[in-house]
Amino acid sequence: MGIIDDNKRQLPVAGNSAPTFLTTKVDFVVNWARRNSLWPMPFGTACCAIEMMASAASNFDLARFGMERMSFSPRQADVLICAGRVPYKLAPVLRRTWDQMMQPKWCISMGACASSGGVFDTYSMVQGIDTIVPVDVYVPGCPPRPEGLIYGLMMIQEKIRNEALADGSLRKEDPEGAGKPEANSSEVRALTGVFGNSTQQEKVSSLAQTARPGRFKDLLG
Amino acid sequence: MTEQLTAIFGSAIVGSEVQCGDQEVLFVEPAQSREILEWLKDNEEHSYDLLLDVTAVDYGSVPGVQVVYQLWSIIHKKLLRIKCSLPENRLKIRTVVDLWSCANWLEREVFDLFGVDFVGHPDLRRILMPKNYSEGHPLRKTFPLRGKFSREKQTKIALEQDYEDYYRPEQLGALGIEPVNDAD
Amino acid sequence: MMPTKKTIELSRGDPDSGNMLVNIGPQHPATHGVLRLLCELDGETVLSVEPDIGYLHSSFEKLGEFRTWNQIIPLTDRMDYLAPLMYNCVYAMAVEKLMGLEVTERCKVVRVLCMEMERIFSHLLWLGTTAIDVGAFTPFLYAFQERERIYKLHESFTGARITTSATRIGGMMADLPDGWTDDLKDFVETFPKTLDEIDSLLTRNGIHLGRTQDIGIISSSDAINAGFTGPNLRASGVDYDLRKDRPYYDYETYEFDVPIGKNGDCYDRYLVRMEEMRQSLKILSQALERLPDGPINVEDPRVSLPSKTDCMNDMESMIHHFKIVTEGVRVPPGDCYFAIEGSKGELGMYVVSDGGEKPIRWRIRPPSFVNLSVLPQLAEGHQVSDLIMINASLDIVLGEIDR
Ligand code: SF4
Repeated sequence: MGIIDDNKRQLPVAGNSAPTFLTTKVDFVVNWARRNSLWPMPFGTACCAIEMMASAASNFDLARFGMERMSFSPRQADVLICAGRVPYKLAPVLRRTWDQMMQPKWCISMGACASSGGVFDTYSMVQGIDTIVPVDVYVPGCPPRPEGLIYGLMMIQEKIRNEALADGSLRKEDPEGAGKPEANSSEVRALTGVFGNSTQQEKVSSLAQTARPGRFKDLLG
Repeated sequence: MTEQLTAIFGSAIVGSEVQCGDQEVLFVEPAQSREILEWLKDNEEHSYDLLLDVTAVDYGSVPGVQVVYQLWSIIHKKLLRIKCSLPENRLKIRTVVDLWSCANWLEREVFDLFGVDFVGHPDLRRILMPKNYSEGHPLRKTFPLRGKFSREKQTKIALEQDYEDYYRPEQLGALGIEPVNDAD
Repeated sequence: MMPTKKTIELSRGDPDSGNMLVNIGPQHPATHGVLRLLCELDGETVLSVEPDIGYLHSSFEKLGEFRTWNQIIPLTDRMDYLAPLMYNCVYAMAVEKLMGLEVTERCKVVRVLCMEMERIFSHLLWLGTTAIDVGAFTPFLYAFQERERIYKLHESFTGARITTSATRIGGMMADLPDGWTDDLKDFVETFPKTLDEIDSLLTRNGIHLGRTQDIGIISSSDAINAGFTGPNLRASGVDYDLRKDRPYYDYETYEFDVPIGKNGDCYDRYLVRMEEMRQSLKILSQALERLPDGPINVEDPRVSLPSKTDCMNDMESMIHHFKIVTEGVRVPPGDCYFAIEGSKGELGMYVVSDGGEKPIRWRIRPPSFVNLSVLPQLAEGHQVSDLIMINASLDIVLGEIDR
């Protein structure tokens, strides 16, 4: 399940206390190694997946960033790239893929559909995969160009560079959460409200913000 | 052709028209639709051997659903559209799976999205929507674009889907495989 | 041919038979999208397969009923992202037919250019991914390099790489940019070289032959009964090509051949598609030669906007402009089925109008949906590895299967 027991994962020097000289140096090495060998798990469904394939092919060549090994098994992957539309029928599959990935893991939501449902504000579509799995980077576009995806991956690298072992809240995962939606009901309501659509304009989604952890707590109470 | 058919099937042929200059449309009664399709397929003069499409239209203004067949004759190079109106209280029509095997999935789709019951279909169940979908038949005009349930409820139901449908422990047990009980 | 069974019956034989149930997908690289295959196996032999689809059901047809006629065009290219321009064109053609609108000569040729380009575009992706499925990675890279050139053509014409949305009812969104035809000409001239290279890598490659010949055979009568169209049907020896049989846009005046297979196996399907690319190149170079000058959009008050100068100077044009922009195009009541020879088979659009600004029903006749439904019949008795090959040889795109 890739869930690290809280007691075991604390290095004797790290703990939940303030960073020390030693932890920052360990961070530096660990983060350097992690960010330069990210293995993406391509969860490609629709048009965006074609652009993802294009970024892996000759012209854009993801391999330049240490990502040439697309990991088609979630158990060996670090970054979930969700590229394309996610209907409700696929939602449990996405959640399960995420649950099967080992920590440390990150998630990129590629394209308008994955991030917000895109033009498909309909009965069958998940309105943003952040209701199903936690998302680190949203790549906008319909579809994003390969450069966009590569930039998104570089932002993940940047995020890893700034991670600190001393931060105890990082990568806590609740084993009970497997197979459950990422957002609670009020968050789902806030994230999936009708918004900017040509058939009906009721803007309610300004509540959504993306920083983790505890992302909506202060806004939604 | 319409005269020929009227001679054989009588009042089951409700009418015919030509759309867009060259598209022949034939209106038939649901009770005899299968016989008419079979005749069109087997008659040497017409031999509409390729069933291109089975679909349905819900006009909204008239209650009920209209089932539409698109036929093509490879030999005679002719296109034909057959329409068959079903009243709201009797969404039933005979299947044509035994005439054209491609009707299998197409009819399942019409059942899934419109709720038309194809009598005699060997395997009539949802094809596009999840198995546990309980909001109704989405392409009916009475169905709202965003579905009948709230997004929270939809998300919840979606994640409750039994994606191990074909791997029930009993089934695995029948194969002599011990069911594995881990969370992933 | 027997229809698929209700669920896979595990009781085929006794429980000790050792039959296995294997789930492939929906998240699996070899299924070309989110397709789920449930297979019952005896050792390596496939006893039965059941495709489970709907994992990409995005409700295009419902959404279309809530969009005006021109607003549907951006939806069409999201349906088949392997040949977007083709879908743009066929939708516009269906609505134009319903309106009784004849597009300009230039527009016709431009659309022919678009559609044939897309045929190559789509077949190239099929070629690359299928080659991966037989274990050859190089053709994928070759194919994608050529695709990248078509992407560039897309981009310079429409501004987008995949989601082109290039047509409008009554014409195109814009005329071809300067130099575009030269780029296309360049592509037409140099592409055969790459195609020959891929050809020499695969066509007589022993592994490829072994993996495809006599695999997934379907006879011509079965293929017709199963609703096969396009290259799959022609590989079984049936001469049915809409460009010849129900010609549109003067296809009867272009000189090209329709490749027909003999055996109806995976290898014939491969050969037919390879040859189709060559024939498309032939059509492309003829179309490039005859591309006439003139306006690209029709002058029809029902669909075309008055010019900017007119709008600024006279009230009627202003109101007309306002009406078309705010209310959209109005289509007379009636219905129309219009189909073209798509890259995957007969691609039809069935539009029903009640005279309003939105359709009553917009239905896509999905070629790969129908083609995929034959998979259980094709794969039975073959090995699991052949199942992957057969699935690849059908050339499916899930966006259009699930819609
Ligand atoms: S964001 Fe656009 S390109 Fe990507 S899957 Fe959605 S519709 Fe397709």
